[in-house]
Amino acid sequence: MLQRPSQAPGVFAAVGLPPVVWLFALFLAPLAVIWTYSFGENRTLVDIAITGSWGNYARALKPLYLAILLKSMGFAALTTVLCFVLGLPVALAITFASRRAKLLLLVAIMLPFWTNLLIRTYALMAILRTEGLINAGLGALWGIVPGLPPFEPLPLINNNFAVVVGLVYVHLPFMVLPLYAALDRLDRSLIEASLDLGAGHLATLWRVVVPLALPGIVSGIIITFIPALGAYLTPDLLGGTNSQMIANVIERQFRSANDWPFGAALSFLLMYLTFAALMVQAIISRRSAEREGAR
Amino acid sequence: MSPGMSSGSPIIRFEGVTKRYGKVVAVDDVNLEVREGEFFALLGPSGCGKTTLLRMLAGFEVPSEGRILIDGQDVTQVGPNKRPVNMVFQNYAVFPHMSVADNVGYGLKVDGVPSGERTMRVEEALALVKLDGLGSRRPDQLSGGQRQRVALARALVKRPRVLLLDEPLSALDAKLREAMRTELCQLQAQVGITFVMVTHDQDEALALADRCAVMNRGLLQQVASPSDLYEFPASRFVADFIGSVNMLEGALVVDEPDHAEVAVAGIDLPVFLDHGVTGAAGTTLWLALRPEKIELHKWAEAPPALGDAPQGRNAVAGTITHVAYLGSESLYEVTLPDGQKLKALRSNLTRWDQEDFALGEQVWLAWHACSPAVLLS
Repeated sequence: MLQRPSQAPGVFAAVGLPPVVWLFALFLAPLAVIWTYSFGENRTLVDIAITGSWGNYARALKPLYLAILLKSMGFAALTTVLCFVLGLPVALAITFASRRAKLLLLVAIMLPFWTNLLIRTYALMAILRTEGLINAGLGALWGIVPGLPPFEPLPLINNNFAVVVGLVYVHLPFMVLPLYAALDRLDRSLIEASLDLGAGHLATLWRVVVPLALPGIVSGIIITFIPALGAYLTPDLLGGTNSQMIANVIERQFRSANDWPFGAALSFLLMYLTFAALMVQAIISRRSAEREGAR
Repeated sequence: MSPGMSSGSPIIRFEGVTKRYGKVVAVDDVNLEVREGEFFALLGPSGCGKTTLLRMLAGFEVPSEGRILIDGQDVTQVGPNKRPVNMVFQNYAVFPHMSVADNVGYGLKVDGVPSGERTMRVEEALALVKLDGLGSRRPDQLSGGQRQRVALARALVKRPRVLLLDEPLSALDAKLREAMRTELCQLQAQVGITFVMVTHDQDEALALADRCAVMNRGLLQQVASPSDLYEFPASRFVADFIGSVNMLEGALVVDEPDHAEVAVAGIDLPVFLDHGVTGAAGTTLWLALRPEKIELHKWAEAPPALGDAPQGRNAVAGTITHVAYLGSESLYEVTLPDGQKLKALRSNLTRWDQEDFALGEQVWLAWHACSPAVLLS
């Protein structure tokens, strides 16, 4: 086996070059362009002058936009918490399932990835809307009991509730998979040792399973939080006028408002938040790697 | 070994315990008693069900049938966290995210023992396993042997009625294993707790245990002291599993109260035994003859006289076809005229003993009338 690139520079270049070129041409270069736009001003409808001004960022931090950014972070945080609360039992169930059931459950978790997000969101709309499955079902049950006032459909769509439901639905697999990966690596005898020493199942979960699965939990939280923060389609289709998230605002700048420099500034504000979140993850996973390092 | 080992009352009882996984019977109708204060070993080849039996005792597995009693209490359905037993795991299962002291104190903490008493008991337990002063270390700073001591202290600090040990010495290197054997024995005598150990290593079981249970294919084969297992095996499996043995198949030809004779193919005159065997004439049985109980004699026209058997009996001529010099003794493989091979072990009592018999030499093999163990199954 090759130990070092220097032993076969040709092979290394052949394997390494395409992804590097790909990354530069299609990711970093466009990103750099957008970044420079964020310091620019609209001159005409199509002409953007890079003036080096911080004006776009100053505008992005105005209360109107800051409120939407904070609201987006709130939605993303709530989504992450709900995904964790729902995802941990699911991940535990998969970890301790029989080999056959484990495979089926993992496929079930990943199945949504095989369907277009737009179609899944429309399906969710069919369930949540005023004449949707839930309200129709509740209405039918309501009709069984005599003497009740007429059924009022629950407001399940075009509001913040619908956005959070949609975000949790879309992002749950992102939480379950890293949790499962971390739990599955856990040495079972540590759990048995905890039980053997007199700890109950909850104490074992709290004192042994969660601390040892912490890197996986942090990964799950980060990779749920980041896409949820930037969610566009879910608030667009399920949310009301009041449940706009930051991505909807950014989209409007690039399209209907035709204000690319401001859109770019908003995008990068989001990007800096993402970097901060990734940094937190890196610090935590390095700490736990150091702890287990010498073993 | 611990004093009073034979007078102990039963602390553990397995009553008709069976464990099935699907169609596989891992443990098959085991009835077994472990006595208070003894060092008990479950011995057998891998897959014999010994580990399943231990795990059922710890509460990690529930028997398909039967009952398990600890101190007369039926614990069959009791969870592992509510049993008065603690386990030392094969891989030690030391919590990697806790210091040594936190590991040892874990069981006390979840039991709600106040922190002052906890600190004291943790220190006591660490001193017991000679880890004094290492309480603040992290597990990754310890050697394998030290991690095992942490696991021991962690279990013993809970003052269990029974300490369970799963292959306690298998992960240690040879020198450390030897030292740890002695230490485990001393530790058991010191704390006076009943130890139940699982091992596949017969030397380990013989050296450590007061009594052993030998298992094969889920079935209990024999429960006895180490010397009884070796000298009075109950079956061919036990005779073969414990130590080395020459197994001779024969037919019972004479059966008197004070002696018996067994015809064995390849040996001219029937083998003479100094005790009776209960069985009909012609019954097939097996003679288990340990290599160290076969004497090597220099070649002579007449077979060597043994004193406790009629002249010419319990002797067979052969040729040495292999010699293994083992230091303290030498193992000779002797091939009989019919091709059968017998192993004979001879102590090298002087510094020249190994030169007495050479490869290719014709010799007499002889054994006393009391040496073969008679096996009916």
